Amino acid sequence: MFLAIRELRFARGRFALMGAVVALIAILVVLLSGLSVGLANDGVSGLQRLKVSSFAFQENVSKDSAFSRSVVGQDALDTWADQEGVAAAAPFGNTLVNARTDRGVEIDLALFGVENDSFLDPAVAFGSPEVAEGQVVISSTAAEEGIETGDTIVLEPSGAELEVVGVLEDQHTFGHVDVGYLPLRSWQEARAGVREGDVVPDRVYEEFTAVGIQLEDGADVDHAAVDEAAGTTSLTLEESFGASPGYTAETSTLQLIQWFLYAISALVVGAFFTVLTIQRRQEIAVLRALGASTRYLLRDSLFQSIILLVISAAIGIGIGLTAGAAIASTPMPFALEAGPIIGATVLLLVLGLVGAAIAVVRITRVDPLTALGGSR
Amino acid sequence: MSALSLTDVTLLHGDGDDTVVALDQISLEVEPGEIVAVVGPSGSGKSSLLAVAGALTAPTSGSVRLGDVDLTRTSPRELTRIRRERIGFVFQSGNLIPALTSSDQIKLPLTFGRFKNPRDPQRLLAEVGMEHKANRRPHQLSGGERQRVGIARALVTRPQLLLVDEPTAALDRQRSQDVVALLAREAHEHGVATVMVTHDHEVLHHCDRVLEMIDGQLNPLDGEHDQGWVRAAGPGQPLA
Repeated sequence: MFLAIRELRFARGRFALMGAVVALIAILVVLLSGLSVGLANDGVSGLQRLKVSSFAFQENVSKDSAFSRSVVGQDALDTWADQEGVAAAAPFGNTLVNARTDRGVEIDLALFGVENDSFLDPAVAFGSPEVAEGQVVISSTAAEEGIETGDTIVLEPSGAELEVVGVLEDQHTFGHVDVGYLPLRSWQEARAGVREGDVVPDRVYEEFTAVGIQLEDGADVDHAAVDEAAGTTSLTLEESFGASPGYTAETSTLQLIQWFLYAISALVVGAFFTVLTIQRRQEIAVLRALGASTRYLLRDSLFQSIILLVISAAIGIGIGLTAGAAIASTPMPFALEAGPIIGATVLLLVLGLVGAAIAVVRITRVDPLTALGGSR
Repeated sequence: MSALSLTDVTLLHGDGDDTVVALDQISLEVEPGEIVAVVGPSGSGKSSLLAVAGALTAPTSGSVRLGDVDLTRTSPRELTRIRRERIGFVFQSGNLIPALTSSDQIKLPLTFGRFKNPRDPQRLLAEVGMEHKANRRPHQLSGGERQRVGIARALVTRPQLLLVDEPTAALDRQRSQDVVALLAREAHEHGVATVMVTHDHEVLHHCDRVLEMIDGQLNPLDGEHDQGWVRAAGPGQPLA
């Protein structure tokens, strides 16, 4: 480390330039990570907060629009509820609606219809006020848009009215739309577009989107076999995220950009150390002639790249977190979470180090003989 | 026992019709405390001699012994250790590390491994007359000063053998005399067997023995070429 530290100090301009590039990449990685967590939250936080292991949808439903297309009934629910290893099964309704409040606030809602006292009931799951028919509890994000307890939400175009009786503590969104929980019957009427005074056929009250399934701890249920019996197609909770509008497209795009950044960082660091090593050829030849072992030289150079990477990544992440905190307070879907940021940092460092390692291996190919003046 | 002993050393470069004989059946013994100069035209094989003696190149045939170690029967890793512990190199223009100050240049070889009895870098720096520039980097030193630091760097590990490649190539007359006098003094006082390759006939009088390399063959130098050369009484003796 004797030489590494002194060279870092001596060529600080050069190393600072390189460090600035790594720092900028680190800033981008933090911001992208915040954006992808933010978008994921916006897309599926309503589903993530459900204590559901999997959903059973209509048989052969299209997986990327399962929530909007699927219709299942009581038979499927009963079949799943009777399975060994299934702790609870409850009907779940999901439909997107346009609405405005009696005070004129326009809002789109993802209506989650649930049975009172089931494990999906927000009063049971999140301790919200009980919802009776014609009532709704809403996501905290809807409250931020200006909806308060006591407001009346008017669904369009049916004109059906829902009274807001509570606001959930956390963000509950689905497909970038705020979630409102309401009793299953009200959900069924809303979905059918029932207007006041309509004669409602019975089948409206027999249909819902999916069966929410909660497995017992450690239970291993053969989903395919039960699907066969119940006439359903089941997706795990994570699989069902893909059915949230835009979710797959958004997350895969951002992930692709992040992977590109890691690759760019590895390449840039690799290229820098390649040029540096080539410039140091004569010096390395002298060191080897003087008896420095290959291990000594590799350790020294790798130590140098670790110092460079760690310091510049730390600075970049610091700036990224500061900028991210500012962005998070705007309506942009942005959320800083320790897990993804730590993961991204580790990847950035590891891949940067791989790039540097490939570059400094050149050291082993320098012939100490070149230290002796020009000719042989 | 000789510090350095080359017996019938031949070194060929290239192969087939392009074979060049760099060293042709060379034998050379250098005693501890003796400084030997090797002169000769460019391309005569002087640098090859240093490369073979310094364990940088394996000879095509013949044996190279450093004290009791046969370098031709030693693994590359062992050779690195031998270079580190037993051999010192002084290069043409000093070949110092740009990032290091004079005193760090001298400490550097000591970071390569463990040394039982190294010389004190600060005292060595004073001995080569560079203590007043301990914190200067190579670009702030003159050619002669760089060579002095380079000599101190080569000596700090107490090598048995010091190999010196054209030390005065970039120096004016007075500085050349000073640098070679310093090499001779170190060789004599510390018992270092020294082999110096040079073009500069004016510095030969500091040396105990002068050899001439022509077309890969090594022979004692014919005295008439250089009036300045005075043969010393013997190895380890002060010069007249």
